[in-house]
Amino acid sequence: MSSRLAKGGRLIDRTTACEFSFNGKRLKGYKGDTLAAALLANDQMLVGRSFKYHRPRGIVGSGAEEPNALVNMGTGGRFEPNQRTTTTELFDGLTSTSQNHWPSLEFDIGVVNNYAARFLPAGFYYKTFIHPRFAWKHVFEPIVRQSAGLGQVPKERDADRYEQAYAFCDLLIVGGGIAGLQAALTAAKAGKRIWLVEQTAHWGGRAVVDGVEIEGQPAEVWVNATLAALSKMENVTIRNRCMAAGSYDHGYVLADEKVADHTPGDGRPRHRLWRIRAGQIVTATGAIERPLSFAGNDIPGVMLAGAVRDYVINFGVAPGDRTVVVTNNDDAYRTAIALKEAGLEVPVILDARANLTGELPAKARAMGIRVEAGKGIAKVKGGKRVTSVAICAQAGQGAVLEEISCDAVAMSGGWSPVVHLWSHCGGKLNWDTAKAHFAPDPARPPLNHDGSALVVTAGSASGHLLADEVLADATRAVGGEGAPSAKVPHEAPIEAVWVMPQGAPVELRAKMWLDYQNDVKVSDVQLAAREGYTSVEHTKRYTTLGMATDQGKLSNINGLAILADSLSTAIPQVGTTTFRPPYTPVTIGALAGEARGEIFQPLRRTPVYDWHMAQNAYMEPVGLWRRPYCYPRAGETHEQAVHREVLNTRTNVGLLDASTLGKIIVKGPDAGKFLDMLYTNVMSNLGIGKCRYGLMCNEQGFLSDDGVVARIDEDTWLCHTTSGGADRIHAWMEDWLQCEWWDWQVYTANVTEQYAQFAVVGPKARKLLEKLGGMDVSKETLPFMQWADGVLGGFRVRAYRISFSGELSYEIAVPASEGRAFWDALVAAGAEFGLMPYGTEGLHIMRAEKGFIMIGDETDGTVIPQDLNLGWAISKKKADYLGKRGQERPYLASPDRWKLVGLETLDGSVIQDGAYAPAPGFNANGQRNTQGRVTSTYYSPTLKRGIAMGLVKGGLSRIGEVIEMTKLDGSTQQVRICDPVFYDKEGEKQNV
Amino acid sequence: MLILECPYCGVKAEETELTPGYEAHLKRFGPGSSDEDFENYMFARKNPKGVHFERWRHAYGCGKWFLAARCTATLEVFGTYPAQTSEPPAEIVAKIKAKRPDWKGYK
Repeated sequence: MSSRLAKGGRLIDRTTACEFSFNGKRLKGYKGDTLAAALLANDQMLVGRSFKYHRPRGIVGSGAEEPNALVNMGTGGRFEPNQRTTTTELFDGLTSTSQNHWPSLEFDIGVVNNYAARFLPAGFYYKTFIHPRFAWKHVFEPIVRQSAGLGQVPKERDADRYEQAYAFCDLLIVGGGIAGLQAALTAAKAGKRIWLVEQTAHWGGRAVVDGVEIEGQPAEVWVNATLAALSKMENVTIRNRCMAAGSYDHGYVLADEKVADHTPGDGRPRHRLWRIRAGQIVTATGAIERPLSFAGNDIPGVMLAGAVRDYVINFGVAPGDRTVVVTNNDDAYRTAIALKEAGLEVPVILDARANLTGELPAKARAMGIRVEAGKGIAKVKGGKRVTSVAICAQAGQGAVLEEISCDAVAMSGGWSPVVHLWSHCGGKLNWDTAKAHFAPDPARPPLNHDGSALVVTAGSASGHLLADEVLADATRAVGGEGAPSAKVPHEAPIEAVWVMPQGAPVELRAKMWLDYQNDVKVSDVQLAAREGYTSVEHTKRYTTLGMATDQGKLSNINGLAILADSLSTAIPQVGTTTFRPPYTPVTIGALAGEARGEIFQPLRRTPVYDWHMAQNAYMEPVGLWRRPYCYPRAGETHEQAVHREVLNTRTNVGLLDASTLGKIIVKGPDAGKFLDMLYTNVMSNLGIGKCRYGLMCNEQGFLSDDGVVARIDEDTWLCHTTSGGADRIHAWMEDWLQCEWWDWQVYTANVTEQYAQFAVVGPKARKLLEKLGGMDVSKETLPFMQWADGVLGGFRVRAYRISFSGELSYEIAVPASEGRAFWDALVAAGAEFGLMPYGTEGLHIMRAEKGFIMIGDETDGTVIPQDLNLGWAISKKKADYLGKRGQERPYLASPDRWKLVGLETLDGSVIQDGAYAPAPGFNANGQRNTQGRVTSTYYSPTLKRGIAMGLVKGGLSRIGEVIEMTKLDGSTQQVRICDPVFYDKEGEKQNV
Repeated sequence: MLILECPYCGVKAEETELTPGYEAHLKRFGPGSSDEDFENYMFARKNPKGVHFERWRHAYGCGKWFLAARCTATLEVFGTYPAQTSEPPAEIVAKIKAKRPDWKGYK
């Protein structure tokens, strides 16, 4: 069993107990424990079930590499799945539950998959769910969804807040082991601005566990002194619990600081996401131990050797009473020695190497531990816990020599440098045959903007596994000299072992786990190779090796070694899969930061926004703006409100807040020439004081924006754009002026927000303005399509006689700061004329009644003005304008193009949004042919029937024809093609 | 995220301050141009793994368009320069040739 030792545990405080729960069981641990350590102290080795076969899973590691021990943490608004117990700090009141099992952890029905394992080989999904086609949706997918997946999705809103911050430094050092500390101290003394981040709460990395001596003292003394020195330096920023998740272009690094994971609800943000921009990145990220591939290596109780001694030394926890150590290198002997020194039994050390020459094996033997050279594990026995191991010769096929009872196995297959941050932004790796690992190639680093090395590695991350080499390498990495001395035992070389025993038959290989989280075994990778998978990337996806939350931290190297062996090629030829951020998962909350709820994105408000809200207007988003859709009165539906607003505007007077309309000033000696290029019609000859409707197209000739242009003076035009188009069109203008016609003297300014602009619309509009008084708004002085500056009700205004409704209409602009006051004046003066505000839906209906197009409704980026019968707004005389060449393409002149028409149902009902007009026959994909679609469809309160516009093959040449249009219920209805102008075709009402 | 120095205001701008404008040094073909020229102008874009000339706008800064020469594979930036030119400055071309002897030129 696993248990708490009577003494020891450098990180725990035995005077402060923490109560926590696991699957409802009340358990006790100490402050300083990780959840994994506390679970082991309570003999809870079984913590989950595997993904595919639902096999029992125990704790394997002691840090970020852990593939198995993932739990649901917390409840309600603090529920989070897939939390690694090995990196979760224990706190009083912690609640956790195991994942991926049903009905219970101890008894799981899904384990039946385990017995059917031979029917669930690599690529099972791809092989099985192909036929029959209908079965995927109705049979396979529901079952797969029920049984697959890790953890559960949180159901409540996240109770915590998250923040983001920026930081800048010359040197970002990732990793707080002795390499990171030495690099930081060396570089800080040289005067550089340093950031030093460590993913755990503690400093010193492995050296403080492994008994390293630095400058003649225990490593911990040197670590504490170095940390103290760094803390006093103004040019150094230190952050623990801060995981560098990814390195990106030009020294950009995301780091996730777990501020309050261990103190939930204390008012601090839970995480702080640092966006760090570093001149250079030093990765002192250490190395991760690899498992060995022997049969039964996934049974709970089989752990990494380094992790076993972490639990003993850091937490005073014994993962087992009798631990067999199995290794191919000297480092694992440290575990045996630590166990023995803690008073625990180590029945045998199995070393796959035939000759043992290092100091550590000698020491182990001297302590009385039995050491077997050239031996390995044939098979681990046990179900939910290891009960014994069968020993065999590494060189053979697994003939059992002896069976030894034990309750834990500490395995070490060697150490792989953590190269993730190096590789994220393009650093290349070399295979080091002697050390049996991939290490960064210093000659091929990721590059910075100036071609210099963006990342350098330090210590074990470079492939140096011994403390003296680590300190020397860390010093060199930052250009320093004179590393502190470290005393380490001589270590004999590792011997690569990818399968144990070497000649294991398939029965054993089918029980050798490579990827614990995804249930990928040695036999799966070999099968993939036999089936023709030669690329490591394809093999990953086919077998799921190295996927999911741990991204193969333990399995990748072992897996690609098996693949290389199966393909009879060398490991470097197979290569690694691509390392992608994040290093360990980052919660979405941290990535979102404060951008949630009300401040998810900026909100643009017009000067009248507060009035709209006070009137209980129903608002709709238009880009980042919020505009009133309608102003419902008590007891009114939105539809009723819209109809009332339309009818009142058509009979009395309506008031629209049109402030969002884009307003761009174009000024300069060449402004007219420029606008003639921008618009399809001529703007240079527009008279001062006059307005003209214009269209803008992109270079392909497709309609992009429209609006009314006003000539202000000799040099100045004011271009109205759509509400959503103002920023885009302004940028478009600047693009052409800066990059194509840079010698033209034109200046543009986007003054959209400088003016409030209101449409006063309806038969009584003039009466209302005359009541306010101050300028002549008569037909004679201010006729249709002209503008004038003046005064109304004491306000300085610019009044445009333009109409998007077909009614007598003035659009009146005032400085934004006076917008609200002017609006109030209009509302007050309008009362006697029956003035009502109207919203965007009323606006849309009235423009549709008039057959006016709306950018984004009648256009979709594939429509030319000619399709919309707007040929009258295209100059035939101009030699060039943006889009002219595009519109000359022959297919755009085809008579088969869909063109704008009006549409009306035979019974007066409203055509449904998105309806299509089917045509006879089917296309090459077996889909029904179509001949048109509706683009705008409304109930017209003015005409008391449905009206619509649409794009139909042949366009207006088919007026009077009746066609079918689809309905949502699958049926069709009869629709007559008609003129798109439903109301006041002669324009008598607007021109008064 | 890239950092590009705006040649107008001198700010070393992060990518979030910039909007991309795709390939630089395109020649516009308007009315009267051949179908082939227009097609190339409209649609044919280089996508090199290596040296590339791009348009960028310092949209959340000074608002100016500028051009950048960089390596799409290593992210090395050879230089940025104002957009008011039809070809890259000689010193940037020389710098690229020195660092990438096999480079075939920007056209």
